[in-house]
Amino acid sequence: MIRFLVAALTLALGGAASAQDGPLRQETLEIGTSTNQIAITSDFSGADLTVFGAINDADPMLLSRGDYDIVVLLEGPKAEADVRRKERVFGIWVNRQTVTFEHVPRSYSISSTRPLSDIASPQALSSEGLGVDHLRISPVGYFDASDLATFRAAMLRLNATDELYEYEPDGVKFVSNSLFRASLRLSVNIPQGIHTVQAYLFKKGQLVDRRALPLNVVKTGFEAQITTAAHEYALFYGLAAVCIALMSGWLASVIFRKN
Amino acid sequence: MTIYLPIAELSVNIFVILGMGAAVGFLSGMFGVGGGFLITPLLIFYHIPPVVAVATGASQVVASSVSGTLTHFRRGTLDMKLGTVLLTGGLVGATIGVWLFSLLRSLGQLDLVISLLYVVLLSSIGGLMLVESIGAIRRSAKQQPKTVRRPGHHNWIHRLPLKMRFKKSKLYLSVIPVFLLGGTIGVLTSSLGIGGGFIMVPAMIYLLRIPTNIVVGTSLFQIIFVSAYTTVVQAATNYAVDIVLATILMLSSVIGAQYGVRVGQKLKGEQLRALLALLILAVGVRLAIGLVATPADLFSVVFEGAPE
Repeated sequence: MIRFLVAALTLALGGAASAQDGPLRQETLEIGTSTNQIAITSDFSGADLTVFGAINDADPMLLSRGDYDIVVLLEGPKAEADVRRKERVFGIWVNRQTVTFEHVPRSYSISSTRPLSDIASPQALSSEGLGVDHLRISPVGYFDASDLATFRAAMLRLNATDELYEYEPDGVKFVSNSLFRASLRLSVNIPQGIHTVQAYLFKKGQLVDRRALPLNVVKTGFEAQITTAAHEYALFYGLAAVCIALMSGWLASVIFRKN
Repeated sequence: MTIYLPIAELSVNIFVILGMGAAVGFLSGMFGVGGGFLITPLLIFYHIPPVVAVATGASQVVASSVSGTLTHFRRGTLDMKLGTVLLTGGLVGATIGVWLFSLLRSLGQLDLVISLLYVVLLSSIGGLMLVESIGAIRRSAKQQPKTVRRPGHHNWIHRLPLKMRFKKSKLYLSVIPVFLLGGTIGVLTSSLGIGGGFIMVPAMIYLLRIPTNIVVGTSLFQIIFVSAYTTVVQAATNYAVDIVLATILMLSSVIGAQYGVRVGQKLKGEQLRALLALLILAVGVRLAIGLVATPADLFSVVFEGAPE
């Protein structure tokens, strides 16, 4: 009888313990950003965005072993992109072939606690579309598959060269227990529009939770007024440019005539 | 110090732009040219998207042509009637040019066509000028009198119909070649961001036999209006005029031009033409190398809606 009781107790305790480690424990992710708007001003030369976050209900054991991984990314608005390849024609380099991809993020900056390939399997990354190599980008129309891979690779490479796509494999740091801080680099060429900050929590290679926040990148003040004028009052904008030209030419001839 | 260009959508070093404007202004003041053929390629070398470089270059041409035109207007060395016919052709040409420009842009061949046109134009004009000016330098060294075919000699152009009397120029000339010349320059202005003075002036003197004293003022008159028209049309169709970039360029180039004029006055005409020819050829050669040399990357990416 005592034996039975002990066994039942052990089972119950063990069961509870294992339940605590398994489906009962559901870690969640909280994030916040240092700002929800990035202003492009006349002296804009890129910016740094800091993302703070915490893992709720984290297992201290797993935390200390470094079994939790965080991936933070900033994704720009998506657009179609034409990728062109030059060929030599009569000695001159000419754009010959164009492949158009759709849903291409105009910027993509990603930071993580470890290199992505160490965090999760390629299948897991691919199903989330996580990381530059796993972006869900599809061509418009039909193309030869081998060509497609070449064009896709060239586009990703060029975007990285233009600092539109950035990857920092150790940009996310735990500041204390379950609190972390991620820094993301915003290129000087960052496009305007609504970007999204996304954070992913992995536990032993399994995705447990994700969070997203919008981030507005806008031209402000003078830059914004000029862009608006150029697009919405294009005729007046053009006339204004001509007026400035006429004025500066006339002014110079007046000022220098006296000398 | 960097400054963000709102239409080109990139940050540039303001001192580089100021320097470019001043240098081009200096040269244009010295040689009496608009400088569009220098500013557009320079901007493209500095990674300004070609569409913005061309449209903004056209607005800079307006600024650099104003003071010259005012001077000629005051002196009365401007044939308004001739200028108006040239201008009519120029406006038609500029309209065709902007349309071609948008078409080439959508085909992804804009950079290539701009470079090709520049290479052909600059190497032929530069070559002709160099040969002519070296000949002139030799003649003046030998103290030989210059032999110029006198205006009034008739060629096939003078047998064309639709003749009109241009009092100021003392000419009785068909409007067809005048209109066509204006139109050709108009296409070049709107597609290359140049004023076209360095083509129009010799064409008016040698092909149309217009008296030299009338030529410069009349061509400047047409250049102002065609480049102003191009600026407005480029702004309205391609949204490509960067007013921040244009303002920096204009201010520095009109100041540079004033100093260029003073230096130019100290040099002889044929020496100036030889130097200008070398400059034109150098820009042409630099662009030709860009077409022929294997590019660092065979691929390029253009996002929809981004300036190209």
